[in-house]
Amino acid sequence: MNMTEEQKLAAFQARIDADDKIEPKDWMPEEYRLALIRQVSQHAHSEVIGMQPEGNWVLRAPTLRAKKILLAKIQDEGGHGLYLYSAAETLGIDRDEMIEQLHSGKAKYSNIFNYPALTWADIGAIGWLVDGAAIVNQVSLQRTSFGPYSRAMVRICKEESFHQRQGYEIMVNMMNGNIDQKKMAQDAMNRWWWPALMMFGPPDTDSPHTKLSMKWRIKRESNDTLRQRFIDKTVDQAHFIGLTVPDKDLKHNTKTEHWDIGPINWAEFYEVIKGNGPCNRQRMSHHIKVHNAGDWVRRAAMAFSVSEFNTKEELVTH
Amino acid sequence: MTTKEALYNFCLRLGDNNLILGQRLAEWCSNGPILEEDLAMTNMSLDNFGQAEYLYEYAAELEGKGNSADDLAFLRDEREYFNNLLVEQPNGDFAVTMMKEMLYSSFAVSLCEALSQSKDERLSGLAVRMTKEVKYHYRHSSEWLIRLGNGTDESRTRAQTALNELWMFTADLFTMNQTDKVLVKAGISVDMNDLLPVWRRSVEEVLKAAKFKVPQNCHMITGGIDGQHTEYLGHILCEMQYLQQAHPGAKW
Amino acid sequence: MKKESSQLPLWEVFIQSKSGNPYKHAGSVHASDEKMALQNARDIYTRRGEGRSIWVVLSNNIAASLPADEDEFFDPADDKVYRHPTFYKIPEGVKNI
Repeated sequence: MNMTEEQKLAAFQARIDADDKIEPKDWMPEEYRLALIRQVSQHAHSEVIGMQPEGNWVLRAPTLRAKKILLAKIQDEGGHGLYLYSAAETLGIDRDEMIEQLHSGKAKYSNIFNYPALTWADIGAIGWLVDGAAIVNQVSLQRTSFGPYSRAMVRICKEESFHQRQGYEIMVNMMNGNIDQKKMAQDAMNRWWWPALMMFGPPDTDSPHTKLSMKWRIKRESNDTLRQRFIDKTVDQAHFIGLTVPDKDLKHNTKTEHWDIGPINWAEFYEVIKGNGPCNRQRMSHHIKVHNAGDWVRRAAMAFSVSEFNTKEELVTH
Repeated sequence: MTTKEALYNFCLRLGDNNLILGQRLAEWCSNGPILEEDLAMTNMSLDNFGQAEYLYEYAAELEGKGNSADDLAFLRDEREYFNNLLVEQPNGDFAVTMMKEMLYSSFAVSLCEALSQSKDERLSGLAVRMTKEVKYHYRHSSEWLIRLGNGTDESRTRAQTALNELWMFTADLFTMNQTDKVLVKAGISVDMNDLLPVWRRSVEEVLKAAKFKVPQNCHMITGGIDGQHTEYLGHILCEMQYLQQAHPGAKW
Repeated sequence: MKKESSQLPLWEVFIQSKSGNPYKHAGSVHASDEKMALQNARDIYTRRGEGRSIWVVLSNNIAASLPADEDEFFDPADDKVYRHPTFYKIPEGVKNI
């Protein structure tokens, strides 16, 4: 049956409105495919870049338990990156291309990772606030319209909760510790709170992609809704262990039952997105350097893959 | 030296090997040549730290001074670590890391299999658990070496160079001191000389399949089990111990 | 000119969680050979002990039906309803059927 573009688009929208899952081989508007490639690959890049600030501290983790937990967390993040690259590849882009886009700046990654992990308390703040914000976003994305992305999100959500608990536990320990530890924890809170709020993106009124993204149910809830959900959860968690939220305008609104916050510095957000955050250049040059240094390994594996030595034979006794 | 003291030293030695090797592997976080390999090396590192923790816990009990596994891991000085020299060598490139991993884990497999028969129940239990993991490390690293050896000219050269540079630390794996004497007598550990042919056989299998040549007439460097290390260990400890040393007595 | 790809082949991963259960598609991995594919699949998809057994297949070796063929390929249940057990009336009290 031959359908016009308009009819195809209408049929597609009808599926979306019925909460049908769109699978890789289904007909989809080109814009939808490109929007997903952008969102899924950027999500993947974020997981991978996020391994850098944490990798920075894994060698200095203060106990064996902390070290093991952080290693497991970093491993999970790499794994999440892999699920997401895998999902993006079903849309007709390969990993090499996605990495090229990352290096050229065509593809972005979450702004939050352009901030430095300065102390051990930062690792706590990252787990608690950054992963906490990511969870709110990801739970919502479990219902995204594209099948592979939705399934990756379900997997990721199952694994994510320990990440936030890991971070919060570090903060708890430090707030129960000596005076230097308490100072360190509050300092990390002061530096990570606002960037974590910015993770949800600009206010709905300033968000250009949102309308189409919501229409096609790629995105299920608005930036502001998700941000408020995170704030309401997290303020109580902070107060519970004696941390001060660095916002003099923070007020509990008895009418709405929400926490009202002060103004977010969106100018800072846009500066960092543009490339002028504290770690943008460092994160990118790290990724580029490592990728290039690994080239000979990938080529060797490729050469082996097509060689006569790549057999089912077990060459050594294990 | 009493049997208990010898067992304490031995647990430290095994724990230290795992601790230092784990630390070196963890350096690859966000630095791997392929994302999948980042995960694989982090996975092996996690195994190492897990094993280290069990061994230090046992050592702390044997010592009986109220120290924790963390105290033993983070508060000793350079001359008090008994790991073999091989594990503290720098990661170099991916070929060096895989070569180091293969040479060490093949030793660990033969040692753990032998220790599964130890008269000390706790140690034999630990050894049985560890055997599965070190076998996986050996499998992973040896398969990579076979790929590198049968890959490109560049990968072949890098891996052969790695072997040439690391071979001098292999004799150190089989050194013994008073600790071993006491434990062999008590049926708790084994004579390392008995492990040497087992190790050689499994290493030669890999090197043959990967087409590498064992360096001849290599001067060997030893001393690890007596706390005589290469200059690298000090730096590894400095970084690893930083928070505990900077905040003495703090609870994390 | 596009740079020569150092991209390793793609494999699809299927995991069996427990003996007797079907193999479920979990996602994909890149690997140069079977051994790497299996190990990568284990590291990526079974970190929490979700797997008892793993299958990996080169993506190129999978043949799939096309969604456009859905209508002809999976003929609609409407006119072949006798394949469904609910079609038949079984008297009450008859067991094991």
